[in-house]
Amino acid sequence: MLEIKNLHARIGDAEILKGVTLTIPNGEIHAIMGPNGAGKSTLSYVLSGREGYEVTEGEALFNGENILEMEPEDRAAAGLFLAFQYPVELPGVGNANFLRTSLNAIRRKRGEDELDAVAFLKLARAAVKQLAMKEDFLKRNVNVGFSGGEKKRNEMLQMAILKPHLAILDETDSGLDIDALKIVAEGVNTLRDETFSALVITHYQRLLDYIVPDMVHVLAGGKIVRSGPASLALELEASGYAGLEAA
Amino acid sequence: MNALPTRKLEAWRYTDLRPLSALSFGAPPVAVAVPDLPELPFPRFVFLNGTLNPTLSTGFAYAKPFAAPPTFGSQPMAAINAEHVGGGINIEIPVGQDAGEALLVSQADGVTPFAYHPRHRVTLGQGAKFTLIEIDEGAGTYWQNAVFEIEVAEGAVFQHFRLQRESMEAFNTIFIHADIAAGASYEHFTLTLGAKLSRTEIEANLLGQNALAHLNAAQLLGGTQHGDFTTIIRHKAPNCPSRQTVKSVLAGRARGVFQGKIEVDQIAQKTDGYQMSQALLLSPDAEMDIKPELQIFADDVKCSHGATIGALDEEQVFYLRSRGIPEADARQILIRAFLEEALEPVTHDASKALFEEVLESWWGRQ
Ligand SMILES: Nc1ncnc2c1ncn2[C@@H]1O[C@H](COP(=O)(O)OP(=O)(O)OP(=O)(O)O)[C@@H](O)[C@H]1O
Ligand SMILES: [Mg+2]
Repeated sequence: MLEIKNLHARIGDAEILKGVTLTIPNGEIHAIMGPNGAGKSTLSYVLSGREGYEVTEGEALFNGENILEMEPEDRAAAGLFLAFQYPVELPGVGNANFLRTSLNAIRRKRGEDELDAVAFLKLARAAVKQLAMKEDFLKRNVNVGFSGGEKKRNEMLQMAILKPHLAILDETDSGLDIDALKIVAEGVNTLRDETFSALVITHYQRLLDYIVPDMVHVLAGGKIVRSGPASLALELEASGYAGLEAA
Repeated sequence: MNALPTRKLEAWRYTDLRPLSALSFGAPPVAVAVPDLPELPFPRFVFLNGTLNPTLSTGFAYAKPFAAPPTFGSQPMAAINAEHVGGGINIEIPVGQDAGEALLVSQADGVTPFAYHPRHRVTLGQGAKFTLIEIDEGAGTYWQNAVFEIEVAEGAVFQHFRLQRESMEAFNTIFIHADIAAGASYEHFTLTLGAKLSRTEIEANLLGQNALAHLNAAQLLGGTQHGDFTTIIRHKAPNCPSRQTVKSVLAGRARGVFQGKIEVDQIAQKTDGYQMSQALLLSPDAEMDIKPELQIFADDVKCSHGATIGALDEEQVFYLRSRGIPEADARQILIRAFLEEALEPVTHDASKALFEEVLESWWGRQ
């Protein structure tokens, strides 16, 4: 599904990613942990195509294609989805309209029929219910006035509707209450199959109780410094990141 | 002809009429082309090259014969208008009457440059209601210099929605004077898309308690277009709200101007004024001048004003693109969202639909 090879990226003069190598096979869920400022969000932005990053070396193959050369919208159409660490507010843009526009843009690019308003609303309402969100979320402006946890749920609503093949969840668990955490985990787990993989960035073992990862990686100082099974997260929780950077 | 105002006048500091004075305008030619008219099912007045066309116009129960114009103090464009005035509409809505809506279409065909100076008058009796949708359009080089005289009596509601989509070689100047009595409302919205140079100037007097003025506008300009929206709201009675949201989207080397003056007389206690002007610059060569001005002589008033000038938020653009929305569409969605607050007060469905439709085609042109 995703093969990142020796990825180096910089912002201005600062090299943030210093040779990230990581493979996520089809159907697997991998977690990335690591200290603040390690480059986890940078990795997710570089993969999804945000401007301002210069890739100086390496590649990222998504189902065999180097996505680093694609426009962000084409990456989305190919099935990549980033749940933002800090979801963006869009005043004046209705949530339902936004969701329908993005779903239809993706469907169009894939050569599928667009959904009309009625069919879309049916789908969206079901997803809202599944995520235990209030129905008025669809009517409100995108993320405007949403609480921290509500913004994260809104990211999950988008994921549920867009049904990506690879989801990158950047600290989606931060700021979520226990119930919301379970709902998010369920959202990921229901998508879990051979055509869906996920990269879950988190600081807490807690989420990984519900989304059990196939592997856990530690990103520190712009590199993956350690990888291991799900139990690695528990170990890190006990010992912290001390000493890992040098490894 | 009376002289055109120059930039030496404070009120004309940001709008230079020299491109207008450089041209010489002949008399309006007789219109030959049969125009495309908007498909709105309302009574309509159609002016071709400044002359009311009786075939294309329908009757309207409240239309009166054209009346000789008064003048408005020192307003220079109104003085020029008074000198040359050739026609216009004169509408009187009787007391208590809900007159529905009417359409005022002004089309011009400037094969050779010409000027026309319409003088329109709309008066609403007590408790009356009326919506006027105005469309200014044309081809070639011409100058429309219109004056509107508006009186809204106690408790009446006048909605005045304008679509200015003149030719890109045209000049459009309009001066609107509105007297608004107690409990009455004047709800104005202008969407400026056309003309090489345009200026919409409104003078609204709130004359009785709870009189309301909404002076909203959106201007979308590109190329070397110049668009000016200038207003004076005079609070001359207590307890009057006034609302202004002015949004400018400027591409290319376009230049936008907003001058908004609010005068609050000593007796106008509990005035509630709100003024917001925001500009979105889509190119580094676009420019916006904003001049808010508050003159407050009462001590118990609430008057807020604000102004912002900025570019599109690239973070927002990326968020939309990361959801599969192509870049051009993402920008369009955000520009439309930027305009929302100015369009929101247009509560009249057919007008709103018209504005939405022309906005759609504006994106196509960019
Ligand atoms: N625009 C920028 N200009 C300069 N430095 C930046 C910029 N954006 C990020 N950085 C730096 O890049 C480094 C990596 O940031 P990143 O956001 O990827 O960290 P992170 O691992 O996601 O951290 P956290 O766990 O706190 O979310 C940090 O040192 C940060 O200060
Ligand atoms: Mg981060």
